[in-house]
Amino acid sequence: MLQVSIYRYNPATDAEPYMKDYQLDTGGKDLMVLDVLELLKEQDTSLAYRRSCREGVCGSDGLNMNGKNGLACITPLSETVVKSKLVIRPLPGLPVVRDLVVDMSLFYHQYEKVKPYLINDEPPPAIERLQSPEDRAKLDGLYECILCACCSTACPSFWWNPDRFIGPSGLLQAWRFLADSRDTAEVERLADLDDPFSVFRCHGIQNCINVCPKGLNPTRAIGHIRNSLLAAAT
Amino acid sequence: MVTSITSFGRSGLSDWLVQRVTAVILLAYTIFITWQLVCGTDYQQWSALFDQTWVRVFSLSALLSTVAHAWVGLWSVSTDYLVEHVLRIKTNEFLASRANLLRWAFQGACGIVAFYYLVWGIQVLWS
Repeated sequence: MLQVSIYRYNPATDAEPYMKDYQLDTGGKDLMVLDVLELLKEQDTSLAYRRSCREGVCGSDGLNMNGKNGLACITPLSETVVKSKLVIRPLPGLPVVRDLVVDMSLFYHQYEKVKPYLINDEPPPAIERLQSPEDRAKLDGLYECILCACCSTACPSFWWNPDRFIGPSGLLQAWRFLADSRDTAEVERLADLDDPFSVFRCHGIQNCINVCPKGLNPTRAIGHIRNSLLAAAT
Repeated sequence: MVTSITSFGRSGLSDWLVQRVTAVILLAYTIFITWQLVCGTDYQQWSALFDQTWVRVFSLSALLSTVAHAWVGLWSVSTDYLVEHVLRIKTNEFLASRANLLRWAFQGACGIVAFYYLVWGIQVLWS
């Protein structure tokens, strides 16, 4: 029997958040954590969480499971359950809307700040802007981010400064556009990042790498941004 | 509100670079002093060592590095933890509402201590 403890909070009825315990018979199957939530929702229809694709593509069901952030839909119980106990909390550091649903506004605001789109002031060619296979390869490990917020909400620097530190996810995207051969706004992009908070609050503790469900490496991208800032300034 | 006005170089890159360069100087100085102590030294040798200008200059650079390194590091600590929303979670509303005052007091105290040690260190080295 699996013991599941879930963070519950309904601002309309609860004075403060609390942990609610559930029992679930998994029939010995190695279910995904999202399957567990679906089964528990049959027991308790008031339980709120986000989900959509249920296959690790949409990034909706980022949660904190037994202390580690990840996507519930692609996290098997065998990977997270310790002694038949599973503790599920919302992603840390963001305001809770209800139960496991968090307000992602701060996270999206930081994403928006890095201008996550190609900027090119040259006249557009007749068909498309071409890119060599080598230049295209530079975007591997960057474009795959699904904005699930697992990394940024695992980062203490983002907890302390969510309004000023862009966070690992946003910085991975910042480097994705800095590294793109078709983008011509490198100088402006770097100038926007050269304050003591946007990039340099990263102290390299690498929680972001540890939790990324897509296996990406934001710390390396942040290192590339630092080196680019240094090269541009010297 | 937290701003960058009290940061060391007002730019993230310069603060970052200052911290790396000063760390290298401090590492070199630590190895140098440790080596001197491990090799065994008495008062005469120690005094003769610090009579040499290059040792005094090296020591002064280590002292200046300590001040700069500490300011960048402690400024980061104060702007991480001594801010309103963090104090509200970790302590209480009374301290949270005085976050700016607490942070400036902490930074002021760090500045006074750093300045005191710098002046004292210069006195010790060059008198």
